[in-house]
Amino acid sequence: MANIRTISFDGVIVGGGGAGMRAALQLAQSGYKTAVISKVFPTRSHTVSAQGGITCAIASADPQDQWQWHMYDTVKGSDYIGDQEAIEYMCQVGPEAVYELDHMGMPFSRTEEGRIYQRPFGGQSKNFGEGGQAARTCAAADRTGHALLHTLYQGNLKNNTVFFNEWYATDLVKNEDGAVVGVIAICIETGEVVYVKSKATVFATGGAGRIYASTTNAHINTGDGVGMALRAGFPVQDIEMWQFHPTGIAGAGVLVTEGCRGEGGYLVNKDGERFMERYAPNAKDLAGRDVVARSMTLEILEGRGCGPNGDHVYLKLDHLGEEVLESRLPGICELSRTFAHADPVKEPVPVVPTCHYMMGGIPTNVNGQALTVDADGNDVVIPGLFACGEVACVSVHGANRLGGNSLLDLVVFGRSAGLYIEKSLREGIEMRDASEADIDRAMSRLNKINSTTGGESVSALRTELQTIMQNHFGVFRRGDFMQEGIKKLAELRVRIENAHLEDKSNAYNTARIEALELHNLFEVAEATAIAAEARTESRGAHAREDFTDRDDDNWLCHSMYFPSEKRVGKRAVNFTPKTREAFAPKIRTY
Amino acid sequence: MLKVSLYRYNPETDQEPYMQEVELDTGGKDLMVLDVLELLKGSDPSLAYRRSCREGVCGSDGMNINGKNGLACITPISEALKNGKGGNKLVLRPLPGLPVIRDLVIDMSLFYKQYEKIKPFLQNDTPAPAIERLQSPEEREKLDGLYECILCACCSTACPSFWWNPDRFIGPSGLLQAYRFLADSRDTATEERLSDLDDPFSVFRCHGIQNCVNVCPKGLNPTKAIGHIRNMLLSRAT
Repeated sequence: MANIRTISFDGVIVGGGGAGMRAALQLAQSGYKTAVISKVFPTRSHTVSAQGGITCAIASADPQDQWQWHMYDTVKGSDYIGDQEAIEYMCQVGPEAVYELDHMGMPFSRTEEGRIYQRPFGGQSKNFGEGGQAARTCAAADRTGHALLHTLYQGNLKNNTVFFNEWYATDLVKNEDGAVVGVIAICIETGEVVYVKSKATVFATGGAGRIYASTTNAHINTGDGVGMALRAGFPVQDIEMWQFHPTGIAGAGVLVTEGCRGEGGYLVNKDGERFMERYAPNAKDLAGRDVVARSMTLEILEGRGCGPNGDHVYLKLDHLGEEVLESRLPGICELSRTFAHADPVKEPVPVVPTCHYMMGGIPTNVNGQALTVDADGNDVVIPGLFACGEVACVSVHGANRLGGNSLLDLVVFGRSAGLYIEKSLREGIEMRDASEADIDRAMSRLNKINSTTGGESVSALRTELQTIMQNHFGVFRRGDFMQEGIKKLAELRVRIENAHLEDKSNAYNTARIEALELHNLFEVAEATAIAAEARTESRGAHAREDFTDRDDDNWLCHSMYFPSEKRVGKRAVNFTPKTREAFAPKIRTY
Repeated sequence: MLKVSLYRYNPETDQEPYMQEVELDTGGKDLMVLDVLELLKGSDPSLAYRRSCREGVCGSDGMNINGKNGLACITPISEALKNGKGGNKLVLRPLPGLPVIRDLVIDMSLFYKQYEKIKPFLQNDTPAPAIERLQSPEEREKLDGLYECILCACCSTACPSFWWNPDRFIGPSGLLQAYRFLADSRDTATEERLSDLDDPFSVFRCHGIQNCVNVCPKGLNPTKAIGHIRNMLLSRAT
C-alpha cells in the first residue's frame, strides 16, 4: 500500500523548459498555487540550446509582413498535415507572446530603429510564397533559446512559482474515471517519493532525440512525457515524424543554427559545388529542413561527401567575414572551434543531418488539453491532462517543422494552456481524488526497478536501442528494414523492462533516473517504429524508398498510435481556420 | 590508457570522501572530460555528476578539472592536463567551497540564493507599449558579456571571498547578473537595485582577485561588472 506524502497544487507543470515555464508563469501571475517539477535546474533544460531564433510576424525587418504569410509557410512546411486552426492561432497570437518576452526583459538583438532584429530562416516567404525570401526570425544573437529560457525563469522567480528542481516525475496518477489527478515524483537529491496532486497536470517534458545514436539533443531529452502517456494507455500522434537537422557538427552531433544559412552561409560537397541549387533552385540552402537534409544525404550516398570517409558535407561561412560571424553568430564560432576544430572565419564546418526534433507527440487542442479519440473517431478530452511544447502535437508542425517555429510553439501554447487552466480554475474545477490503488498502480514501475536483483546494464541497452533506431528509422526508410527494426525492438522490450538497477541508494542516484528514462526512450522508439512502418507514403520528414510519393488520398491525415493494441489509426487534419479559408494542399517545392 | 583520479563520496555508504584511481581506454582520442565520465559511468553506474546539453550552454557540469574550475563537456583531456595539477592524470573533483551531495554533485542552494537576492528580472514601472520597448543597438550592446551567463557556478566557487562569506557576499555570478539589469535601458529600478547592494558585504567583499575571470567557461568578466557597480555605488554616495 502506498505510504507516501501527498502535496497538492492548483496546477502542476512537469518540465521546466520554455513551454513549462511559460505555462507556469501564466498561472503564477494569477495567484494560483503552481508547481514546476523539473529534473534539472530549469535553466539547464534543452530550450537553452535553441540558437537561431523565434519566428514571428512582428514586421520589424519588413513593415509589410503579415502573420498570414507566416501561416502559409508553416502549412506548406508541414506538408499539409499541420492543423490549420492551430497554425492560425500560433501565427496570429505570436507577436503578442513575443512582445511579452521583451517586456519581461529578454535581450533580443536590435535594429537601428530599436526594434527586435529578424533574420531569414528556411521555408520563409513573403506574400504566400510569391514575394521571395522573408526575414521573420526574431533573434538574440545566436543564443535565443538561452535568452528566452533565462528570461522565463526570471519571470517565474518574480511571480513566486514553486520549483521542485531536480525532482523527476515517474508516472501519471490516473483515477478510476480515467482522469489524470497528478504524478508520482522522486526527489533526486534525497530519494523521497511523493504524490503531487493537482487539478491540472501539464506535460511540458520536451523531446526524445536520445532515441537516436546521433542527435543534437541534450542527454536529458528522453521522452518522459510520451513514455508516461503511453504507459497510461493514451495515444500519441504523428510520432513517426522526426526532424533531422541539416547541420549537426559531424561526429559530435552538436547543432549549428540554420541562422548560419540565413545570414548567407551555404553547403558545398567535396567538389566545392553549392549543391542545393540543384535540389531547390529558388530557396536553395533555405529550403525546408527535410528537403535540405535529404539532399545532403543523397550527396553523401552518391559519393560526393567530404572528409576522408566522405561522410559529411561542408557548411561554408568564411565569406561572411569575421565581423558578421562574431556579432551575429558568436556561439556558432565557439561551438565550431570546440567540437569541429574548425574556425568558421577561416574554414568550412563539417556537418551532417542529425536527429533534432519530434514533430509528433501527445495530441492536444489549442488550449493544451490532451486528447484521445473514441470508437467513432471523435476527439475526446482527457480530463486533467494538458501538454505543450515539443511533447505535444497540437499540431503546428505536421510532417516537418520550420526553423524558429519551436520557440514560438512553446511560448504560444505554454501561454494558451496556462490561460485555459486559469479560466477553468476561476470557474471552479474540483480537485479529483485518487484511491490508494490508483497511487499504487502509478508506483508499480518504480517499485519494480527498486527490487531488481539481476538483468542487463542500462547503458548497454540504451546504446543498443539507439543503434536500432539510427539504422532502421533514419532519414530514408524502407518497409522491410523497418519491419526488421520492429522485430529487434520487440525482443529488446523484455530486456529493457528487466534491466538491472544495481545501485539502490537514495542520495543523488542518477543510475535510478537513467534506468527510468530508458523505459521512456523505449516507449517513444517503439511508437515511432510502428507508426513509421504504417505510413505508406513519403511526406515531410518521413521519406520512404518504397513509397516515394505523397499519398493525399490515403494519408492526408494524422497517424494515431494506440499503445494497448500497438495499433495505428488515423485522425483528420483540421482544415478550418477561423479567420480565412484554408490553404489547400499543393505540390511542395522550394 | 588514461589515468583518472575521481572524487567519490556517497553519504549513505562512505564515512568520508576519497579519491578513486581508475584507467580508461580512450582509443587515443582527445575526448571531452564529459565523454570520459560517460564512459566510466557505463561500467560504474553509481558515479554521480550533473550533465545536460553537453555543449557548454546549460551549465550543468561545472567541476574542478586538474585544479581549475570548468565545464566537463567543453574541456578536452589535452587542455585539462595542461592545467598542470596531476601530471598525466585527469583529476576530477567537485566545485570547491560548497557542500558535496555525492561524488561530483554539489549543493548549489547558496549560489542560487545569491542569484535570487539581486532580483534577477526586469523591472519597469511604466506601462508596457503595444509592441516591444525600443532599445538602440548601442544600448543593447551594453548587455553583451553579461546576459550570456549560464549559472554554472565555476566563478563563484573559485572566489576566495565567496568561500569566506557565501551567505553575505553575492559573488561574481550574482553580481554579473545584478549589473546586467543595472545596464539594461529598459529597467527603471536602478536606485532600488543599488540600495539593495549598498552594504559592506554584498559587493565590497570583492577584492579583485579575478579567479572568476580566469575560469569563466563563457569568457565573461565578472570583475569588470563588479567594478561598474562599485563606481555606481560610489558616485551615488557623493
